[in-house]
Amino acid sequence: MKKLGIYVHIPFCVRKCLYCDFLSFPAEEWEKEKYLRTLLKEIEGEALRYKDWAVDSVFIGGGTPTALTGEQLGRLLDGLKRGFLLEADAEITMEANPGTVDKEKLETCLRAGVNRISIGAQSLRDEELAALGRVHSAEEFFQAYQWAREAGFRNVNVDVMAALPGQKVETYLDGLERVMDLGPEHISAYSLIIEEGTPFYGWYGESGKRKNGMAQLPSEEEERLMYERTGELLEQRGYRRYEISNYAKSGYECRHNVGYWKRRDYAGFGLGASSMVGNVRWRNRRDKEGYVQCIEEGLGSVKEEIQPLSKKEQMEEFMFLGLRLTTGVGKKAFQETFGIPMEEVYGAVIGKLGGQGLLEDGERVSLTPYGRDISNYVMAEFLLPS
Amino acid sequence: MSGIDQSKIRNFCIVAHIDHGKSTLADRIIEKTGLLTSREMQSQVLDNMDLERERGITIKAQTVRIIYRAKDGEEYILNLIDTPGHVDFNYEVSRSLAACDGAILVVDAAQGIEAQTLANVYLALDHDLDVFPVINKIDLPSAQPQWVKDEIEDIIGIEAQDAPMISAKNGIGIEEVLEAVVTKVPAPSGSPDNPLQALIFDSLYDSYKGVIVFCRIKEGRVKKGTEILMMATGAKAEVVEVGYFGPGQFIPCEELSAGMVGYITASIKNVKDTAVGDTVTDAKNPCAEPLPGYKKVNSMVFCGMYPADGAKYPDLRDALEKLQLNDAALQYEPETSVALGFGFRCGFLGLLHLEIIQERLEREYNLDLVTTAPGVIYRVHKNNGDMVELTNPTNLPDPTEIDFMEEPIVSAEIMVTTEFIGSIMELCQERRGRYLGMEYIEETRALLKYELPLNEIIYDFFDALKSRSRGYASFDYDLKGYEESKLVKLDILINREEVDALSFIVHADSAYDRGRKMCEKLKDEIPRHLFEIPIQAAVGGKIIARETVKAMRKDVLAKCYGGDITRKKKLLEKQKEGKKRMRQIGNVEIPQKAFMSVLKLDDK
Repeated sequence: MKKLGIYVHIPFCVRKCLYCDFLSFPAEEWEKEKYLRTLLKEIEGEALRYKDWAVDSVFIGGGTPTALTGEQLGRLLDGLKRGFLLEADAEITMEANPGTVDKEKLETCLRAGVNRISIGAQSLRDEELAALGRVHSAEEFFQAYQWAREAGFRNVNVDVMAALPGQKVETYLDGLERVMDLGPEHISAYSLIIEEGTPFYGWYGESGKRKNGMAQLPSEEEERLMYERTGELLEQRGYRRYEISNYAKSGYECRHNVGYWKRRDYAGFGLGASSMVGNVRWRNRRDKEGYVQCIEEGLGSVKEEIQPLSKKEQMEEFMFLGLRLTTGVGKKAFQETFGIPMEEVYGAVIGKLGGQGLLEDGERVSLTPYGRDISNYVMAEFLLPS
Repeated sequence: MSGIDQSKIRNFCIVAHIDHGKSTLADRIIEKTGLLTSREMQSQVLDNMDLERERGITIKAQTVRIIYRAKDGEEYILNLIDTPGHVDFNYEVSRSLAACDGAILVVDAAQGIEAQTLANVYLALDHDLDVFPVINKIDLPSAQPQWVKDEIEDIIGIEAQDAPMISAKNGIGIEEVLEAVVTKVPAPSGSPDNPLQALIFDSLYDSYKGVIVFCRIKEGRVKKGTEILMMATGAKAEVVEVGYFGPGQFIPCEELSAGMVGYITASIKNVKDTAVGDTVTDAKNPCAEPLPGYKKVNSMVFCGMYPADGAKYPDLRDALEKLQLNDAALQYEPETSVALGFGFRCGFLGLLHLEIIQERLEREYNLDLVTTAPGVIYRVHKNNGDMVELTNPTNLPDPTEIDFMEEPIVSAEIMVTTEFIGSIMELCQERRGRYLGMEYIEETRALLKYELPLNEIIYDFFDALKSRSRGYASFDYDLKGYEESKLVKLDILINREEVDALSFIVHADSAYDRGRKMCEKLKDEIPRHLFEIPIQAAVGGKIIARETVKAMRKDVLAKCYGGDITRKKKLLEKQKEGKKRMRQIGNVEIPQKAFMSVLKLDDK
């Protein structure tokens, strides 16, 4: 049976964070309920297409999925179980934000089948959290973590962010230590990106105007130091880097996430969710009214930007996605997938980047630590001329 | 077409401030007289080139003949000569005006008189044209036609109370304009029986017919078989065809005679033989003297043009050759650059002309170009008494061989409303201008007179002028001559390697400032590499400024979220796309637009 990953998007949050450019917004209770019903209808309808597939990972992301009630999350999971064949050991992750969970809600989710919780801590300093516009304090993060464990979760991820306004190398590393002291199975450590269209872009963007008294972003050198030390500290404490910004204790790598980099099939449900099945990528429409109306009134597909991938595009993705993984890409797998040796397509590029100390070349091709530092530069080299 | 009654001919043009509706009115006139069906009618018929339509300016003079039955029951031949609208082409404009007997002055009912309105009116009056106003855009809610009429009378001093009130956009009042052309523009003078005397106001190259000469017959007649002489260039040829201008096409006729506007073909191979402003006469029965006002047009601004892809050099050569067939003011000769390879040093009338040629090469000939900073012709006097005309800074002789250098100076007139006098004077001061005087045209408007080095105005003077006067200043200049000046060559070193294509000549006093700005600019333009790149500015081997492009160290780590791979790929594509437009110099990749960055150094 073919394997499938499922992504479900919950576009709600208590309040939009100042750096956030994901598809999410605050909403009234009735709106959330209406969305959930539509989402369940989409899942029910789409499930018919996947009768021959077994689902081995589910990721419920947002926004803030825990902006829904425990009862609502329970109905969502029931809907997935009704429509799909979920494997017994499927990884079922839900994102949870401190300030929107309590022990009871987490217990409900566990009972409904969620077996992995991803908690967005981002920082353990209240002033940094406030600068980001997060709705929770550090204390509330510890509380949420505590409840997740008490509810019985044995697989927990914590998200932390570097390069925040006002952050110092020491305060960042101190936070990281305290997260590690808790002993989560998985840690995601990534940098703040100033995205266009966010309030942060207006303050910290290319021609941004920081207001008086606003904290400064760390310098490039500080950011690099944070990043280097992250790797060292986590490795020392038994977390292995398996992807550019993801670390896990052995056996706790996020199956769903790895699926993206290995180009496994996944179906996305909900507002703006992306999918790739059978080398065709698409995305659901991103306007809430249109999405709801389209499904409720049976006005046709919510799928947009349907893009069948050419062999060239598949090869490009194979490389630039695969290189995110510490293990890199296998030459044998390339040959098996495309019927052509990797050298024939990328020999020159690999040679050049290898010579610049950016790639490790052997049975597998992977990023060196230097290559990881400037991964965008390396990955762009794998785009083929059209 | 013999037997045309000269009294039924009207030769006219339309003058206006930019955006007051000149081309739209031209369209309506053509439409009204039924020359084109509405299907054929494309907006702004007379602006032939895509470029002209896009920029909303007229670059090349266009001419069309219209038959109009007036209210008096007679049929008139109206020749509309549309003129270019930029100081770079001032000379062409003046020749086009010289081909007319009258001009319609279009004034925006909401804006009233603006800078170019005056400049254009004065130019028309200088050519003894009868100018009559029309008030356009009367449909605008903010229109104040009476105020505009009064303003025209007060400031320009021409009768305006009975000016047609029109909306060219909506086709209102076009009939009235045509009636005014008939009644207010005088019929052409001259006699068909005098020796031939015709003014060339434009020409273009056609691959079948050779050069097509656009002319206004002032005296005499010309037809197939006439042997003609171009009086200034001395070129002779036998006429193959004469005719007049339909919209978008040439219509042959028997004969052109005094008062008519039309074209002549004579198997002439080169537009240089048919210089704008020259007088065409009958070689066997020449007129006593040429028409006044002929000037040889010289390139004032030079730059290097290189194909982005070196293999396209022959394509660039062919394209320049073809463009030159139509554009006598374009000059070019081959040159080589260490940084950019094989290319051409090209000469232009001004910066707009340069930009137009550049865009045409890129669009019509599909060439990707790298253009170096524009410069002027400097005169280098060597110790041994030789004088060299320098168009490419790289060719500057060793400083020890140079006695002194001269640079071209222009006399400039700037018309400006009084509130901006201060800021415009400041601008001229910054550009090494010499103040000559100021005249008040009226209470709120003054004419500033300056002498300015040409190399200070070719870059961004127009933009600066506009931004410092909220678009209200107009500017005109004439080459005055050469003056001795303290000039130095500023070199740019990237990763310790001199990049010849980035060198330019600058006044010694501004060398430090320009060098510093240039380094700053390049620092922003050159992307980070795997290694650190010093950028230095040097004069005579001495480093005067330095910036550093830091090595590429670390990308930000985006969370690649929810499987949105398409977004990630777009990011990588953008990065890759950027690399395509790079020039490899040593082991540094320089974006092509960096070579133009010397241009935009004005901070204000």
